[in-house]
Amino acid sequence: MTNIDIDKIYRQERGRVLASLIRLLGGFQLAEEALADAFLAAAQQWPRDGVPANPRTWLVSAGRFKAIDKLRKSGRFRDMVPELTRELLDEEDQMPAERETIEDDTLRLIFTCCHPALPADAQIALTLREVCGLTTEEIAAAYLSKPATIAQRIVRAKSRIRDERLPYEVPEPAQWPERLDVVLHTIYLIFNEGYDASSGDALLRQDLCAEAIRLTRLLKELHSTADIDGLLALMLLHQSRAIARTTSDGGIILLEDQDRSLWDRALIAEGTTLAELAFAQPPVATYTIQAMIAATHSAARTANLTDWRRIVSLYDLLLRAEPSPIIELNRAVAIAMRDGPAAGLALIDPLAAGPLGAYRFAHAARADLLRRLGQPEEARAAYRRALQLAEQAAERAFLQGRLDDLTVSSSQRPVPHR
Amino acid sequence: MRYMCLVHFDTAILKTASPARQQEIDRRSLAYDEELKAGGHYVASQAIQEGDSAVLVRVRNGQMSTTDGPYMETKEQMAGFILIDARDMNEAVRLASGIPLAEIGTIEVRPIFEIPTTPALT
Repeated sequence: MTNIDIDKIYRQERGRVLASLIRLLGGFQLAEEALADAFLAAAQQWPRDGVPANPRTWLVSAGRFKAIDKLRKSGRFRDMVPELTRELLDEEDQMPAERETIEDDTLRLIFTCCHPALPADAQIALTLREVCGLTTEEIAAAYLSKPATIAQRIVRAKSRIRDERLPYEVPEPAQWPERLDVVLHTIYLIFNEGYDASSGDALLRQDLCAEAIRLTRLLKELHSTADIDGLLALMLLHQSRAIARTTSDGGIILLEDQDRSLWDRALIAEGTTLAELAFAQPPVATYTIQAMIAATHSAARTANLTDWRRIVSLYDLLLRAEPSPIIELNRAVAIAMRDGPAAGLALIDPLAAGPLGAYRFAHAARADLLRRLGQPEEARAAYRRALQLAEQAAERAFLQGRLDDLTVSSSQRPVPHR
Repeated sequence: MRYMCLVHFDTAILKTASPARQQEIDRRSLAYDEELKAGGHYVASQAIQEGDSAVLVRVRNGQMSTTDGPYMETKEQMAGFILIDARDMNEAVRLASGIPLAEIGTIEVRPIFEIPTTPALT
């Protein structure tokens, strides 16, 4: 038994053990102390006695025992509400929590971290730290924020959970759709930040994607719904292209230029099956429609075999479900692929001049269509605008590369103006 | 990671407290050090004497000068530190909140900055 084994178990079990201890001890603070004590006891006993058959229940019992012991010694036991004290004493001699109860506790923890009473940035930070086990510093690095800022966001969220007595429970079935939406949206934001970060460290971003997928798999395992399937499908299908979408030095490779033999076929198969399953169960979530779009791309063996008609109609559906200028932009790009760049440009121009004026991808997409239409002057101006708005190094390098290509090619061989 | 918990408080509060209260704070402070040790979080700690026993040292252009008094003249003075080992900033904050003097003063939690050393220096 090495330290590495304990570290591994810590990473795997921390969230679930904490989740149970919060329920048993009635709050984050006590539970976190108990969690630390339980892992300390494990580090002392396991190398000597071996790892117990079920480390998770062992850790929960050890943490609870340590907490009760500490409360008794410090006299804090008296200050606790009488019902909780009684509950703790009653449970003290019982069997360790069953596997099912512990799984339910994880669900409780996810729903609490994503409680609608908490601000969105706090939901994300709390979920990453308490459910996924990331450190404050890792979260801060991934979101390009200061550890002190993230630490306070987490502390405030926990105080709010305590002060407003947000219930530590899986909501009633009637509340599921609304409450699950927030949970799924939080996971979606975590994945997006990992997949398409506006800035930040590449390795930590891969962590975010992996954690988002792990959480969704966990949710599905605990309580499967079509919306969970849709979100999981979307993430798996995007993840299947992870290796193909960047060069070895981190440069961006566009979908049409990717080596499709590098795509992960197993993830595509799983994602496509889940997407189709979810798509067959209306009302269809927007994640599911996005997953169907991703699945359509995945089904094309080469870029020019892409079924753009199907992609356009899926975007039509998505736009109806969730009207947004960003979806309009994506639909316009699909229309450009189906009907030619001029048709796409006609739809993008008003977006880039209006609601998406500060959105780098609107100008980059516009620049690409102008380039294809043989209008290098206008294309260069649009690339420069996108470059002004881009912050991430790889994106900047990509845009600069396009701009340079355009300058070289237009100076070497004049492109016709019409 | 290691974190420095700087303990600041208004010493007047402690001076005007009853001897029993003072003893209680001392006892609990020492007990908390033991608790941190038991949890594997303790690195080092010291209480420091009041600011009026301090000497400030500066070297400018090779010349040393000294002046009396604490560096910052505020009501809450630095009264000691506890250096702890914690998994992350939030664990450090949680451990700092258990320091008994947090009840009358303020604990400043600062991550330790490891000064980078070039291979030639090590």
